[in-house]
Amino acid sequence: MKRVYLDYAATTPTHPDVVKAMLPYLNDAFGNPSSMHSLGQEARRAVEEARETIAALIGAKNDEIVFTSGGTEADNFALKGVAYANEHRGNHIITSSIEHHAVIEPLKSLERQGFKVTYLPVDQYGMVDPQDVRKAVSEKTILISVMHANNEIGTIEPIAEMGRIAKERGVYLHTDAVQTVGHIPVDVNELGVDLLSMSAHKLSGPKGVGALYIRKGTKVAPFMHGGEQEQRRRASTENVPGIVGFGKAADIAQNEMRAEVERLALLRDQLIKGLLERIDNMQLNGHPSKRLPNNVNVSIQFVEGESMLLSLDMEGIAASTGSACSSSTLTPSHVLLALGLQPEQAHGSLRFTLGRETTKEEIGRVLEALPPIVAKLRAMSPLLRSRA
Amino acid sequence: MSADTWSLYSEKVMDHFRNPRNVGEIENPDGTGHVGNPICGDVMELYIRVKNGVIADAKFKTFGCGAAIATSSMVTEMVIGKSIEEALEISNHAVAEALGGLPPIKMHCSVLAEEALRSAINDYLNNREKNGLKNERSS
Repeated sequence: MKRVYLDYAATTPTHPDVVKAMLPYLNDAFGNPSSMHSLGQEARRAVEEARETIAALIGAKNDEIVFTSGGTEADNFALKGVAYANEHRGNHIITSSIEHHAVIEPLKSLERQGFKVTYLPVDQYGMVDPQDVRKAVSEKTILISVMHANNEIGTIEPIAEMGRIAKERGVYLHTDAVQTVGHIPVDVNELGVDLLSMSAHKLSGPKGVGALYIRKGTKVAPFMHGGEQEQRRRASTENVPGIVGFGKAADIAQNEMRAEVERLALLRDQLIKGLLERIDNMQLNGHPSKRLPNNVNVSIQFVEGESMLLSLDMEGIAASTGSACSSSTLTPSHVLLALGLQPEQAHGSLRFTLGRETTKEEIGRVLEALPPIVAKLRAMSPLLRSRA
Repeated sequence: MSADTWSLYSEKVMDHFRNPRNVGEIENPDGTGHVGNPICGDVMELYIRVKNGVIADAKFKTFGCGAAIATSSMVTEMVIGKSIEEALEISNHAVAEALGGLPPIKMHCSVLAEEALRSAINDYLNNREKNGLKNERSS
């Protein structure tokens, strides 16, 4: 049985061309980009070429890209870097209630250090209202951080509108674009962002590498102190193979994105429509149209997410859930709760995220496999009867 | 422990999840246990039939994760044929052990299974007491 991988938002398979591009830098071209000799120069050239490709993908200048160990580091870097460098101007940060933990946790850490954070609500589709952002800005505000698209429900946020507000009020704007870069067009100037987080393994690149876009002139404290790498903003010998892989992935994304967006949106809509036709008491989570072309998130009543995942896995289908049977607090996804879902609806959520290798046949496999799984689990569920 | 230490569940848990024993309800059960909360993602209902102080049949319905379903299934299997006194001795650890262990984060599911069993037995004992009193009054 061929595996059906529908968890691309968690991570993507590394593109074979990416692996091929990386290999020389794991072998003969092992030089340190900081070395003066030709081996070092060869590595330096590779890093700078990757930087150029990534900058081009998001409409940035080369020296505005700082490589990191991934999306989480890019988020930590942006939030703490801006907070520490601008403390004298104010201590207030605005964010949304549906951010990734890589944003929420650094902000909580900043709160413990005396910073004040406003968590804006979202509507039933997971949209932040830019007017709420405007109202929340005070004289003490130094930073707004709202994700470009949500990793669980795929809702795309109106970042460009927030960009105009941020500019008007002289406040920095950061966006976690881990789910959008390489998936949908991202342009830092159109969005009006000052900082933007990226992660390579979400776009067919390798794990352990990401980048932070920092608009020229933005005051950000260095994240790692040490050598002179990355304009002294992020010390540490560059992850050359990783960066080269990231660059190759950005190059592939640049070339294929337009066609992929269309292809995936079609498959996504087939999956949503097919599931709604086959399973009753089910709802789509997230925005009906302003959503990532590869994201499907549904809540299925009377059944719990993990048991659906396990059953799907036994059929060779890999998906994800916002249920929290494995978390110590037993609280389901904060994103789904922020939409106003009841906890039991959040426990019954399933996320399918599509990608480069997803086919129509695979969508068909899910449409065939899931309804009997739901029926079996519902037959076992005491919730269904107590409602009837 | 399962052969693969990195897999979430033991083979036994997966077996009980795949083919849960004693799913369903008992009509006019002698005892019913209802524990858990949909808000926390786990609800268990356990039904028992008691004959001559022995649990002759047990069935369950569960809303929950793989471990919740497997522990429900296992506890029904363990309890059938046991006397009330023996059944009351079954601990959550015994259920987890019979399943070849549970990940620490899932131990609460075995607690729920034990609670469901106790709640069903208490319900049976209460019913018996009430019926006993009724019988006394009517006599």
